[in-house]
Amino acid sequence: MSWTTADPMVSLKDVHKSFGELKVLNGVSLDVMKGDVICIIGPSGSGKSTLIRCINALNDIQQGSILVEGQEVNDPKVDKLELRKKVGMVFQQYNLFPHKTALQNVMMAPVRVLKQDKVKVEEVARALIKKVRLEGKENAYPGELSGGQQQRVAIARSLAMQPDVILFDEVTAALDPETVGEVLQTIKDLAEDGMTCILVTHEMAFAREVADHIYFTDRGVIVEHGPPETFFQNAQDPRTKEFLSQIL
Amino acid sequence: MEMVYEWFRTLYQETGINLPFLYDEYDRNRMIDGLFTTIKLSLVCLFFSIIIGVIGAWLQGSSFKWTRRFVSVYIQLFRNTPPLVQLYFFYFAIGTLLPRVENDWGGQSPIFGSFAWAAISLSFFAGAFNVEIFRSGIEAVPKSTVEAAEALGFSKLQIYRDITLPLAFRVVLPALNNNLVNLVKTTTLAYAIAVPEMLYEANQIWSDNVNVTEMMVFLLLAYFVLVGILVSGMNRWERAMKIPGYG
Ligand SMILES: Nc1ncnc2c1ncn2[C@@H]1O[C@H](COP(=O)(O)OP(=O)(O)OP(=O)(O)O)[C@@H](O)[C@H]1O
Ligand SMILES: [Mg+2]
Repeated sequence: MSWTTADPMVSLKDVHKSFGELKVLNGVSLDVMKGDVICIIGPSGSGKSTLIRCINALNDIQQGSILVEGQEVNDPKVDKLELRKKVGMVFQQYNLFPHKTALQNVMMAPVRVLKQDKVKVEEVARALIKKVRLEGKENAYPGELSGGQQQRVAIARSLAMQPDVILFDEVTAALDPETVGEVLQTIKDLAEDGMTCILVTHEMAFAREVADHIYFTDRGVIVEHGPPETFFQNAQDPRTKEFLSQIL
Repeated sequence: MEMVYEWFRTLYQETGINLPFLYDEYDRNRMIDGLFTTIKLSLVCLFFSIIIGVIGAWLQGSSFKWTRRFVSVYIQLFRNTPPLVQLYFFYFAIGTLLPRVENDWGGQSPIFGSFAWAAISLSFFAGAFNVEIFRSGIEAVPKSTVEAAEALGFSKLQIYRDITLPLAFRVVLPALNNNLVNLVKTTTLAYAIAVPEMLYEANQIWSDNVNVTEMMVFLLLAYFVLVGILVSGMNRWERAMKIPGYG
């Protein structure tokens, strides 16, 4: 049985995850179709980061199933390289390689991991840097860039691997309010290009605008979910209502 | 050059300050050989001790308990024993246990000569410290940076080579600098197994000329200059490795 675009690109079924005694995910299920943009929201410590880190096997799970394009991730024999070629990730703290320039940061994985030709990779990398609106910053080191610029390099770095889906973990949470917009715009561009995106975010206005579907998590379960219009207007669960009233 | 040589000969005749390796060709060649042996031994040991440090630090991050134990026993053994004893151990204990090979004159000679044993012994000695130095640098690399590389599909070895090590290196350069200076100074121990390095050759010269004082002054200055060159080279390297806007 091979995966087709009619099947979910990412499919979580009854995922359980604990760190020792601490249960963080208690049976999470969700499906993401190709081209979908989904936002995961919820209070701090509810397991949002853990949830998306399980999708690219940065965290392992104890129970349940995670399928990425039909491939089971919860399998000790999973080919992590194959998985991570498909699933990109952008972090809250950018996590650029500080000893490499912006251009080198973008080029490194295709050259080292995919063993692609350096000249071609450079061409692609320069185009990506342009796409995230950082032309002229190719030779700057991360330490010479603002937070928002670093985050856009990180997005370009992830794109250079040509992933099928990108995970975004609160990518604007560490930014100054002025620079949040530029990063959100970059993600919006991606979404419009049809990139499948799974975002953890606290930016409700942004979520409402770009998301096809919103998931609200609390204490390791999905409490409520739905398309943005219904989700924001007709939240049913008291926990969702309380969270939304605090944040909006 | 001849004028300089003559000047030192006259200096000896007039004042009794005897620096035969400056006017006497035979002694001069001995001293030059000694200097080059010291430099060669230093470079060989610098190189291999860094290799040992890099590999040892990698093995210490292994998921196999016994690999990690093996490395820490190695470190303890070489850090907690005198380097001279280590040198004797390699040369006299291990050296005599190894099989002999036939030499060019049909006789039997050891596989490794005294220079090779000094190089091996001192590399392991300095290497033990280098493992710990690199390890501390690796621990200073943020876990999140490593995770970003993992998420991009880098293998463990690629992460070590391309991310962790280059970043760790910059953190530990001052400590590494210190250890390598120590290493160069410790090469004088090779004297004890008759490696013809600077101290050994100086000793030959003072035995022949009875000019211990002059030779000691010269040795002190020679090492001062030699280590000075190493230090300034390392400092230059440190500056060249500096990342704009980082650390
Ligand atoms: N590596 C870890 N080891 C042990 N506990 C962990 C680890 N990572 C996360 N946790 C715990 O798991 C729980 C969920 O953490 P997680 O980071 O997923 O929350 P979050 O929803 O992303 O929160 P935030 O909005 O603050 O980022 C927390 O209680 C956290 O302390
Ligand atoms: Mg989080």
